[in-house]
Amino acid sequence: MTGVETAAVVSVQNLNKAYESKERRVEAIGDLSFDVRHGDFTCIVGPSGAGKTTLLKCLAGLLAPTRGSIRVNGHAVTSPPEEMAIVFQEYGRSLFPWKTVRENVELPLRERKIPKAERQRLVDSALEAVSLANSADSYPWQLSGGMQQRVAIARAVAYQPKVMVLDEPFAAVDAQTRADLEDLMLRLWGEFDLTVIFVTHDIDEAVYLGQRVLVLSSSPTRVLDDVPVDLPEPRTQAQTRIEPGFAELRTRVYRGIQLAKKAKGPSEGAHS
Amino acid sequence: MSASNEFVGEARAVSRHAPRSRSFGWAGVASWFGGVAGLLVLAVLWEAAPRVGLLDAKFFPALSAVLAKLAVIGATSEFWGFVASTVRTWMLGLVIATGSGVVMGLVIGLTPGARKYTHSTIEFLRPIPSVALIPGVILLFGSRYQSGVVLITYAAFWQVLLQMLYGLNDIDSVARDTARSFRFSRAAYVRHVAWPTLLPFLFTGVRLAAAMALVLAVTAEMVIGSQGVGRGIMVAQASNAAAEAYAYVLVAGLMGVAINIAARALERRLLRWHPSVRNAGGAR
Amino acid sequence: MIASILRKLGVELALPLILFGLLYALSASSTNFFFPPLATVLEKFNSLWLGPRFVSDVVPSLLRLLAGYAMACVLGVAIGTVIGICAPLRRAAEPVLEFFRAIPPVAMIPLLIVSMGFGNTMKITVIVAGAIWPILLNTVEGVKAVDSVLDETCRTYQIKGAARLWHFILPSASPQIIVGMRLGLSIGIVLMVISEMFAALDGLGAAIIYFQRSYEIPQMWSGVLMLGLFGFVLSMVFRLFERYLLAWYHGVRDLERQN
Repeated sequence: MTGVETAAVVSVQNLNKAYESKERRVEAIGDLSFDVRHGDFTCIVGPSGAGKTTLLKCLAGLLAPTRGSIRVNGHAVTSPPEEMAIVFQEYGRSLFPWKTVRENVELPLRERKIPKAERQRLVDSALEAVSLANSADSYPWQLSGGMQQRVAIARAVAYQPKVMVLDEPFAAVDAQTRADLEDLMLRLWGEFDLTVIFVTHDIDEAVYLGQRVLVLSSSPTRVLDDVPVDLPEPRTQAQTRIEPGFAELRTRVYRGIQLAKKAKGPSEGAHS
Repeated sequence: MSASNEFVGEARAVSRHAPRSRSFGWAGVASWFGGVAGLLVLAVLWEAAPRVGLLDAKFFPALSAVLAKLAVIGATSEFWGFVASTVRTWMLGLVIATGSGVVMGLVIGLTPGARKYTHSTIEFLRPIPSVALIPGVILLFGSRYQSGVVLITYAAFWQVLLQMLYGLNDIDSVARDTARSFRFSRAAYVRHVAWPTLLPFLFTGVRLAAAMALVLAVTAEMVIGSQGVGRGIMVAQASNAAAEAYAYVLVAGLMGVAINIAARALERRLLRWHPSVRNAGGAR
Repeated sequence: MIASILRKLGVELALPLILFGLLYALSASSTNFFFPPLATVLEKFNSLWLGPRFVSDVVPSLLRLLAGYAMACVLGVAIGTVIGICAPLRRAAEPVLEFFRAIPPVAMIPLLIVSMGFGNTMKITVIVAGAIWPILLNTVEGVKAVDSVLDETCRTYQIKGAARLWHFILPSASPQIIVGMRLGLSIGIVLMVISEMFAALDGLGAAIIYFQRSYEIPQMWSGVLMLGLFGFVLSMVFRLFERYLLAWYHGVRDLERQN
């Protein structure tokens, strides 16, 4: 047992991503390195323009890095990795409007050639876990925003990925629903033994959910701070947020972001 | 440059974020090259196929033969007479159709309740092919150009009317409520709220109608025998002058392309301020 | 419940009935040879088109139209999809398509008659040659403009190739494709009639022209009426088909409109 449990599921090494256009070269990501172990719940926060979306696209294999490498489950990422499931911020546009909720959740499994009975089981259990078993035959646009995002999450869960990446998934949802969805995430993380990378701009959310918060600088992005979150489990909205530790951690992250915002990198508006 | 604009009708993208970027810079140049290359391939095929025997040269003359014939007839006054005739029929029909379409559109769209009463009539009359009128116009006008004008007016009118109704339907409800709270008069409402929203739809309608009008003008000339490019085709075909017939077909096609380009350029110029044109880069 | 249905029906039928009544009354005393009373036309309609001519004329017309239209749909969607997906191909094809699309399809008729004769093959070819353009061009347009988020979703969930085409691209493009098919249907009907007027022994177009030439005017108008009904019924059938296929699209749009 060479520590399979503790080996990195996701390993980002010296990631650099630059966009070239006719007049300028913008370095979205400067030098980013971090590891995510199996079973971690890692949150990533940073100021706007910190290249969070770029990082996410590189992780997802949708963009090729300029330098550095990303490895998922041991092999390098050159195209969207099979073991990864993404939950996008724009839930309305990531679900197929011509398919029912059930068909939406089932589609990736059909592509994996999973036999029908097993597919049914996975879909049913995922929908059950997000409390949408009754909406299985509805269409996504018949559901509220929060419910649609839950469908997207169910789809990711049913896919049984090694890593689940969420891109500011609750940003476009109202505060009440957001609290419910945050708790849903924690529950799913425990129940399905997921490895989660959760990108958000909401500091409170990051500290509440994560076991670890990575604070990114603004571009050229690098890891400014790696904050371990050792708040007691299980986390609850009522209790955890009033823990003294919560406020300290929150402040630490907040300060990091303020620092990041002030120290804007030289490549903003640079000509090369 | 989107080739489909004439036939692109009512479907609007479900997601408004669907990318519809115009090509600028490098992409634009590549687009140009690609387009020219496509035309070249077509020209080569047209020239080669009859020569090689793929197509019977008697019925399908090579491009060079057609172009040569075009140069010959292009020098005759008869040819230009035909073209002028077609243009006259086209323009008259289009103008009458647009005028009546706008008026009817405003009346139906702005009169409360008018829409639901006229809905069934419109839906019944609309799909009636304009060719159904051909016997009628032959009886009334014979082979004079007015036959074509009636046909065009009938078909183009529906295009314009429908686009007007879509446009009036689309008026931003916030704008409408704002106008009401400021107690705009009917005329002011039409001028400041309805009309600006309406304009892009109207343009689409006129553009579609213009293309349709040309096709109908040529059709009328071919079927009824009125003076014009269509008649040129028929006469040439009747005397087995295949190259000449194709030359006239080519002319009809070029006229259609010219109308479409002109219409889109006009639309882009006049509607530059409108968000739908700005965002979509003028392609609709 | 019944009252509201009756009221809706009343609204729908009010204007048509009034117009019909006016036409009937105004033409009743007509002595114009070219515009006989509506009553006469209706009588001819009844005896001709609800009788033997339905089978001998309407059916052949319908079959030609359906054959040509079906082929235009299949070819248009297939070719349009290929062109729409492959960007360089699309750039090359656009001016060519723009040119072909501008040629009045009717212009092809005499040329096709010469090479193909007067039979059904010629007519069906004409219908395909005309109806294919809106279908093809709208397919290209629809396939081109797919949602970027949905595209990324497919890529991350490994939905590729044929599955991507079937589950993502084609359904996404279907509203636009249906618009093209609707336009193609109108064009197909026009070409069906005209090709029959030019060169046919049977069919709606042939019948109408025959009556016109032999100055059987009420019969001619009854044929025109039949043609109008023909177009109307086909359009209704298409509407039903569209409503079934695009139920999801109408649902989304209704929602958007409410917001």
